Amino acid sequence: MPRILILFAHPRLEKSRANRALLQRVPEHKNITFRDLYEAYPDLNVDVRHEQALVAAHDILVLHHPFYWYSVPPLLKQWIDLVYSFGWAYGPNGTALKGKTCFHAITTGGNEQAYSAGGFHGHTLHDFMLPLERTATLCGMNWLPPFAVQGSNRMGDAELELAAFQYARLLSGLADDTIDPATLATLERLNEAVPITR
Amino acid sequence: MVNFLADAVVYLGAAVVCVPIAKRLGMGSVLGYLLAGIIIGPFVLGFIGEEGKDIMHFAEFGVVMMLFLVGLELEPSLFWRMRKQVLGLGSMQVGLTALVIGGTAWAMGFTWQAALATGLAFSMSSTAIALQSLKEKGLMSTNAGKSSFAVLLFQDIAVIPILALLPLMATAPMERSGEGHWVDTLPGWQHTLAVFAAVGAVIVLGRYVVVPFLRVVAGTRLRELFVASSLLLVVCIALLMDTVGLSPALGTFLAGVVLANSEFKHELESDLDPFKGLLLGLFFMAVGASINFELISNAPGMILGLTVSVMVVKIALLLGIGRRYGLSLDQNMIFGAGLGQVGEFAFVLLAFIAQLRILDATMLDTLMAITALSMTLTPLLMLVNEKLVLPRFGTLQQEAKEADEVDVKHKVIIAGFGHFGSTLGRLLRANGVETTVLDSDSDQVDLLRKLGFKVFYGDATRHELLEAAGAHQAEVLVCAITPEAAPALVEMAHKHFPHLKLYVRSRNRYDAYDLMDQGVLHIYRETLDTSIRMGVDVLRELGYRGHTAQRAGQNFRKYDIAALKKLAGLRHDKGAYVAGAKESIAEQERLIRSDAEHDPAHSEHAWNSEEMRNMVNKSAS
Repeated sequence: MPRILILFAHPRLEKSRANRALLQRVPEHKNITFRDLYEAYPDLNVDVRHEQALVAAHDILVLHHPFYWYSVPPLLKQWIDLVYSFGWAYGPNGTALKGKTCFHAITTGGNEQAYSAGGFHGHTLHDFMLPLERTATLCGMNWLPPFAVQGSNRMGDAELELAAFQYARLLSGLADDTIDPATLATLERLNEAVPITR
Repeated sequence: MVNFLADAVVYLGAAVVCVPIAKRLGMGSVLGYLLAGIIIGPFVLGFIGEEGKDIMHFAEFGVVMMLFLVGLELEPSLFWRMRKQVLGLGSMQVGLTALVIGGTAWAMGFTWQAALATGLAFSMSSTAIALQSLKEKGLMSTNAGKSSFAVLLFQDIAVIPILALLPLMATAPMERSGEGHWVDTLPGWQHTLAVFAAVGAVIVLGRYVVVPFLRVVAGTRLRELFVASSLLLVVCIALLMDTVGLSPALGTFLAGVVLANSEFKHELESDLDPFKGLLLGLFFMAVGASINFELISNAPGMILGLTVSVMVVKIALLLGIGRRYGLSLDQNMIFGAGLGQVGEFAFVLLAFIAQLRILDATMLDTLMAITALSMTLTPLLMLVNEKLVLPRFGTLQQEAKEADEVDVKHKVIIAGFGHFGSTLGRLLRANGVETTVLDSDSDQVDLLRKLGFKVFYGDATRHELLEAAGAHQAEVLVCAITPEAAPALVEMAHKHFPHLKLYVRSRNRYDAYDLMDQGVLHIYRETLDTSIRMGVDVLRELGYRGHTAQRAGQNFRKYDIAALKKLAGLRHDKGAYVAGAKESIAEQERLIRSDAEHDPAHSEHAWNSEEMRNMVNKSAS
């Protein structure tokens, strides 16, 4: 069964209603490792060897973060820069990530409509995530579309709770091997793999 | 009355003139007082004659007070921690010295009582001179410093039993002004019983009567009344001891120990300290005035010869003992030279011996003269040891250069390699930056050299040493020596090596202010980062997110440094000098007011989705 490593990065979790709601539902599962990066490295001084060992011991990487300024928070960028090192993640003999699966779990203030060709941001989420996708594929990982909680600023508590529930089902489905990652690559968002039936 | 005032003018005047001069010459205040006494005494200016003896009786009370304070300051825990050194080193030093000098005196025809008394008196070293010079040179934490302190502590304590023993050896009844006390008429065993009863009374009363009494007095909030009570306490005990024929010094010492654990320890100390200082000064002046210079001038060779012999014997024994206790050569030389003199306690013991008539007047004058002379020679001896002996035989100031590394000059010089300097040095070294180290602890220096550091041995505030260490070629001077000594180093560096970038450690805000006045740009308060780090961890303990707490700490640190710079300017606007504690409180007030104005914890808006959400929802409704 696949082992999942959740790399969570939020510089101000105490002010984030959406992410607190999502975290509360992350399943306690023997195959799921949850890592709170801003708590582990408040000074941004990432322990590279420790992180590489953790990554090596898992099959699916979930980079969980708010999508600020169309990118990852600084510590997660720091983490990627340091951990995906030359000769380990890429370059000659850099095969440590090869064959692993990678996706992002993100929250955005704007809703799906805003992230479309005619919308406020003028591009889709997929467009904005291109550098992240290329980073993963360059290292030989299988890239999956994001699990995205969008329009979080206007979401009510009940809606947020539903999103958290979806996130939990996705994670435990992957961990229990009841959801096959290979079938997910063509989706727009991973949310579609765990539809809410009313 | 006029007479009294005239006397006061003579004594105080002489002290005020002579003591600063003596200190300036590096001789310490004890010698200053002695010198003042000699000058106003019958053999030089003749301002005081026979009445000097009466003054001496009065001034002996200073010794009584000193022992009370010694008792107060005797921390049982400190004594316990150092017990091996105190009892081992100390007892060997006092015992062997007394034996050798006493034995020699006996062989020269002294009675055994006189010989023993002389031996014991001469086994004493000068606490004032030795500790002062060790402190000035920053050597207190070295092995030599610790050993010296242990020996001096033992001597301080040993004075008490010696004072108690001496009367037993008296060959004539004690000199007393009035009639003999009733205690003297008692047979021996009853006398002993009375003595024990008195000692017991001091202990019991000290614990169960004096402390409640002092509480009542302190309750009146009249400071002078508390001072009066402190004096009354000491006088009462002295009187009680005198009545049973015991030394008042013993009694007050005991009382001091009994009160050392009471809440009044510090008040008693600070109230009695000026009296002690003045009376002791008077005592040493009286001693100086009573030295018989006629005798000395008749046989200067003999006095000088005896002084040198006594010091040679003392130093030889100290070196032997130091060696046995594993002191390295350098440390041992400092130990020996520092404690080689006969100290001020010898005056106390000799004055007491005189009253007991164990020694005749001529001998006594000779011994007094030897004591005074040996104290005068001490600074000279230490200078010779430092400049001539150690550079040749001890840890070399500069390592002998090897042919192939003729002039390796490092860019960074670290002055002071204690806990602070060594951490910094290790950090630099771990990152490939080699440093030149200056340190004044010879043991430390030897060790560091073995580990491959380039180390210079000596006082970092001396410009020759910095020069030898390559200050002309260096870029950075890290000043990690004790903050007290930092201003001297800064001043010297500014003057002789203006190109050096100074990185200076300071203890707190006040040190930092002084360094800023000296124009130092890089000042590091040793209390700042640690307390902020602790504050950050406390915030995390309370549930704050790690990164939030970290940023709060960093912001506060930045803000505090800015506040320091701002308040440093304000400090000079006050004009008048405000005394220590008051200034500190005023400073706290300024700081806290400034905190309120600037809100060092002001939260920025980044990553704050809560705020964003509020805005969005407000505009929607």
